[in-house]
Amino acid sequence: MGDPFASLADLVTYRAFGLAADGPLGAAVHFFVEDSTKIFTLLVAIVFVMGLFRTVLSPERVRTLIKGSSHGAGYLLAAILGAVTPFCSCSSVPLFIGFLEGGIPVGVTMAFLITSPLVNEVAVVILASLVGWKLTALYVGAGMAVGIVGGVLIDRLHLERWVEDYVWKIRLGPVVHPEAAASLGDRLRYAGGEVSQIVGRIWLYVLVGIGFGAALHGYVPEDLVARYAGAGNPFAVPVAVVIGLPLYSNATGIIPVAEALLGKGVPIGTVVAFMMSVVAISPPEFVMLRKVLKPALLACFAGYLSVAFVAIGFLLNLLFLQPGSLP
Amino acid sequence: MKTVKVLGSGCKSCVATAKLIEDRAAALGTAVSIEKVTGIAEILGFGVISTPGVVVDGKVVHAGGVPRADRVDSWLRATGQSAPGAREVDVSR
Repeated sequence: MGDPFASLADLVTYRAFGLAADGPLGAAVHFFVEDSTKIFTLLVAIVFVMGLFRTVLSPERVRTLIKGSSHGAGYLLAAILGAVTPFCSCSSVPLFIGFLEGGIPVGVTMAFLITSPLVNEVAVVILASLVGWKLTALYVGAGMAVGIVGGVLIDRLHLERWVEDYVWKIRLGPVVHPEAAASLGDRLRYAGGEVSQIVGRIWLYVLVGIGFGAALHGYVPEDLVARYAGAGNPFAVPVAVVIGLPLYSNATGIIPVAEALLGKGVPIGTVVAFMMSVVAISPPEFVMLRKVLKPALLACFAGYLSVAFVAIGFLLNLLFLQPGSLP
Repeated sequence: MKTVKVLGSGCKSCVATAKLIEDRAAALGTAVSIEKVTGIAEILGFGVISTPGVVVDGKVVHAGGVPRADRVDSWLRATGQSAPGAREVDVSR
């Protein structure tokens, strides 16, 4: 095998631990070793490289960019920038108010907030390396579509009346841009800091995700998965979304679980719907958004995302299962 | 005596920032009063969108993440009203 991570996993699992390649424990350990080394290597590398460029796109700059765009292009721009701009979810409230105060419509702001956790460069690279570019492209396209359509709907239905009243009264001081690192040394140091901050924040989600994936890969029989989550069960997609609602993980952490599910023959649409539900809808995010959105808008938001994820799941399954793979 | 405000809604990075400033002030022997500002209106009033932000003697010196220790030192060392901005003091380590 040309894959160094797979070779390392072979070495650790079969040589060092002496586990059988066809046993469940061997399969699980192999999955865990390969995925954890691969994902953490990629994670550190991508976060570091992005850290070097991070100052190019801060949320403050995104705000300026979107402010200058026309209304229609705003949704697309917000979704694209949401995908490439990393920000800590603890900043989502000031970000939301800061955007609105700058005259950016609520829908455009929400398009940014929906896309940002769903699609990010770290998840894209890791997803592509584990499950291939086809699924990755579908995932990115679907994630951005959910953000854009959601944003347009919010504005068309004039849901801005359900934004908390105090939000409209807040006035921003002159916006402070996070200082750009000047020298190469500064940039490298900044990127290093980013690695320790971001990896420090998400490593547990990633590790738990890999653990789940490994257990699934090693111990859950394929026919069991096929019976309940296979293409023959029309309820599999909505059930996957409902299961994902209370679960919360970072986009990177859910990838190994998705990989294991795909490996067990779960259809692509069901897997994507589950991933999105876990990443985008979560209790902590909603507690945060409740500070700026009235319960009615929050309920609409959750309802819209659930319906959108189910629709994406069905659509992808329909598109990719047609050629004779249905039972 | 310097007045330092740490702007942020109480996330992990904000707590880490306040702790860092406290530690550096103790190490340098600078007297500081550190206040955590969690009110969103006040944070945005300072023009800070990416938290945590840091305000020294009424002037915003930092936004968007936990600051580096040498930057903190430079704010604490600066005398009088002029807290240095971006890179006035570059302490290479």
